This record gives sequence, structure tokens and C-alpha cells, in this order.
Amino acid sequence: MNNTTNELFAGEIKVINIGLELFTDTLTQQQVKVTHVQWEPPAQGDPELMSLLDDLL
Amino acid sequence: MKVRVVIRSREYHDSVRLMQVSERIRKERGVDEAILMMATDNNKKILAASGVLTNEVADAKSDDLVVAVVASDEAQADAAIETAIEQLSQRAAGAGIKYAPRTLEAALALSPQSNVVVISVPGDYAAGEARRALNQGLHVMLFSDNVSLEDELSLKQLANTKGLLLMGPDCGTAIINGAGLGFANTVRRGPVGVVGASGTGIQEITTLLDRMGIGISQAIGTGGRDLKEAIGGITMITAIDMLASDPATEIIVLTSKPPCKTVADEVLVKAEATGKTIVVNFLGEQSAVKSSDTLTFTDSLESTALAVAGLLQKPSALTLRTSAEIDAFGQENAAQLQPSQRYLRGLYAGGTLCYEALLFLQDKLDGLYSNIAVETERQLEDLWTSREHTLVDMGEDAYTQGRAHPMIDPTLRMQRLLQEADDSEVALILMDLVLGFGAHKDPASIMVETVQQARAQAGDRYLPVVVTVCGTEADSQSLSAQTKILEDADITVATSNAEAARLAAALFGACNE
Repeated sequence: MNNTTNELFAGEIKVINIGLELFTDTLTQQQVKVTHVQWEPPAQGDPELMSLLDDLL
Repeated sequence: MKVRVVIRSREYHDSVRLMQVSERIRKERGVDEAILMMATDNNKKILAASGVLTNEVADAKSDDLVVAVVASDEAQADAAIETAIEQLSQRAAGAGIKYAPRTLEAALALSPQSNVVVISVPGDYAAGEARRALNQGLHVMLFSDNVSLEDELSLKQLANTKGLLLMGPDCGTAIINGAGLGFANTVRRGPVGVVGASGTGIQEITTLLDRMGIGISQAIGTGGRDLKEAIGGITMITAIDMLASDPATEIIVLTSKPPCKTVADEVLVKAEATGKTIVVNFLGEQSAVKSSDTLTFTDSLESTALAVAGLLQKPSALTLRTSAEIDAFGQENAAQLQPSQRYLRGLYAGGTLCYEALLFLQDKLDGLYSNIAVETERQLEDLWTSREHTLVDMGEDAYTQGRAHPMIDPTLRMQRLLQEADDSEVALILMDLVLGFGAHKDPASIMVETVQQARAQAGDRYLPVVVTVCGTEADSQSLSAQTKILEDADITVATSNAEAARLAAALFGACNE
């Protein structure tokens, strides 16, 4: 899929929402296709460690 | 009174969701207080202030959920806790969300055509999620704040190399292909593309344009720091490029709080090169780049909307008060004040609306303080106590830690309103009311209830209130319905934020005559 800035305005948007459920609700209200991620803080809740892991992956 | 606290180990819910359930439990029979929060360090301070910091809470980890209830007796406290837990579990399987994947990758597998990711997780985790989304080739709206400047720069550079748009961090508002992301209003579609480093700035401009029958092609948020030297306007420049090649966009509006001068000039050169008509509202800044056939500079959000209407040769349909009407408002209200009533108190949910009012009023009112004042000597020392003339942006971090933004959760702002009403020196209350997606479903009624309580507290003292409503008829709350609720309660409703500031200036001008 070609998903660059040139293409963004060409079709409809399809959203993945990570965080506030409120935004999934408001997008659904607008008939925008949205997939909600049931996000949770990573195990141990250590953001620095997570960032290191992210860099490795 | 019985205090009951339950810790739910490793159970996460977002702050808005927890606020909504807390609000509902507070209305249960016999319940005096209900607080549902993740056990972060900041939230523990709030729990301590509410007298529910038990040893168990003190030991809880930041990914544990605290459910605290103060009720008349033990049975009612237990029942309230049970209801709270039930409501949280119900919602997880609620109507809007059937099956929710737990990671971006799983969501993408489920919906492979997805092209935009909206991220509003706590700031510590936000950059990581954004980086994952960009690496998957997805555009990002990063609503979260508390992302470091270093992370912002590296994310924006990554987006650039991948040909993607990264809006944010701290991007409150965007409208992409007609869909409102974050806090946005329902506006008609049309020829105006807006790029803004400020959420409520975009909302004020797009709603005023909509009220004049002028529509929006796209509204792109950049995050508040995009035009700082360290970031160099990466997102604004990308957005200008996108709108330049968008055939639906005839006029491009750029809006920001004061930008770094060199970055602003670079952005303006880029904008002018698009050959499209550009309207620039960099609040409080004069650029080295001069007005031209294609560049128009404006000094307020209202004048930005009016300039666009002029360029599109649309007669202004905004019913703004004439200067005679504004003077009359000042005279009539000043005449009813007691001599002790000398000061303005402005309580804002919208940061840019507060900033715009501050810019307009700073040379008209002696001794004007604010938590967002640029000059150190004008900064509010105690965030919780006003001083002389004061304008407070209650959406600032200090007021939102551990709780939802005042556009969603009016509690803190309404408490502050009651506090101001007790001050015999207060002459005028100035507030904004922001409608649209994400905002409270009936903010005017909450405001009216509190204003009535505030006026009862003030007793014999006349307490005028001016409110600017940012919204449209098509917003679910409805601009006219919310305006009527306010006006029926003797609250003066301004057409724009700038007009609200003009009304305030007129009142204090009349007081000094």
C-alpha cells in the first residue's frame, strides 16, 4: 500500500486509535472506520527499558 | 463517613474513562466522593489531598488501578465499589469496541488498510508507540503531551524520511478528509486548508469560517513546539507541501503562538512559493517577511477568519457587536459594580484562546497576570490563587496531571470559578466554552449551574460573566442550543474570543472613567 503524504488526501482515512476510548467513540460517531487498541502500560511499567527494547527491535 | 479503597493490580483504564465512571459513582445514593485513578505518583498526591491515601495506595504501582469511595456507611461504600468495577468491565466489552487488539501490529493485521494512527497514551510511552506506527508506514496524530523535544525531533525526522505526516506531539485538533481527530468541530468542507501549531486556534478559526459559510479542505495540527528553533517547522513545512498539491485547497491559513523568527521566515518563504493565497496568524509576532499579493498577516483568530472571507469575496456573516454596543456593555455593567470590584478573572480551557486574550488585554489592563505570560514578572506565582487581573489557562499541564483536560472534565475549572466568586474584588468572569468532538456533552448546563452558585455566593455583589463559545450548529452540542442555555442565565455570549476580550476591555475602561 502506498501510504505517503501525497496519498493521504486521495481516499478515506482508516484509523487505529491507541489510548483514549473517547476518540474511538467520536470517530465511530463520524462513520470513520476505526480499530481500537486496548492499550496497557508494558509489563514492569519501565518506559526507559521499553524505549531500549524498541530501538533493538 | 466510611472510606473504602480497592487496588486492582495491573488493570489499566484511560483517564477519561476513569473520570466518566467516577462521575457516575458520585451520583450513587450515599456516596460523597468517588475517585478512580491509576496509582501514578502524581495521582497519589491527588488521592492524599482527598484523604484516601491508605498504606495500600502508597504501595501501589503506577500500573495498578485505585478505586476509592467515601460513603455514608460501609454497605453503601461496598455497593459503590462494586458498581464502579462492574461499569469498568462492561465498557471493555461495550458497543463501540467489539474486539480490541492489544498492540498496533495486531490492529494492523485486523485492519490492514489503516493509514492513520491516533495516539493518546501517557507521555512516557507515546514516543515509542509513534515510532512503531511510523515504521509501519502509517501517518500519526500524536495527541499525547510530555514527549521530550529530542523525541519530537527524531520522530519528525523519521516521518520525513518515510514521506509520512506526524502531527504533534501535543496535537489537540486535526480534520483530515472531513474526519475530526481529537478535539475538532463539525465544519463544512471547502477551499481553506489550515495548518496550526495550536489546537484551539484551529478550532476558533475553522468554526468562525463555518459560521460564515466557508468550509475547510484539511486542518493539520503540528503540535505546539513545531516552530521552535530545535524542531525547525518540520511538520508545518510538510503540511504546506501537502496543501500546495491538494487541488481542493485554494487558501492556506497558518496559525501559531509566537514562533522562532528564523523558522517562521523559512516557513513563510516556503508558503509563498506554493503560489496559493496564504493567510498568516502568528499571534504576537511580526515577521521580517512582508505582506504581498499572496501573503496576508492577521493579528487575531477572528481577523484571520474575516481575512479569509474577504479573500474569497464572501460577505462577512459574523454578527459581531459594533464598538458602540461594546462600549454600552462596558458602561451598563460597570455602573452596577461595587467600588471594591476592580479585577478581571479569566478561566480558559483553550490555551490559545487564553493567550489571545492575554495579548489583547495586556496593554489595556494594569497588573495582568497569567500562568502562560511570557514575561516572568507577569507570571502567576501561585497557580491556585489569582492576583489582581488574572487569566488562567486551565489546560496547562499543572492542572491536568492525573485528570482529563478541562474541555472534557469541567470540575477543576468550575471549582476555580466558585473560588473567584468569593473574592470581593472580582468585577468580571471571562470564560471559553469549547464544543465539538471529544468535548463535554453539555458544558453550558454545567457552567450555568456553577455560575448560579457563584452568584448566590457573591450575594449583593453583581457578578457579570462573559463567555465565548467555540463551536458550530452541526456540533452534537449545537452552538445555538448552548448559547441559549448561557443567555437564559444572564451570561453574555461573545461571537468570538476576540470579541469577548473587547467586552472585558470595555468594562474596565468604563470602570476607570
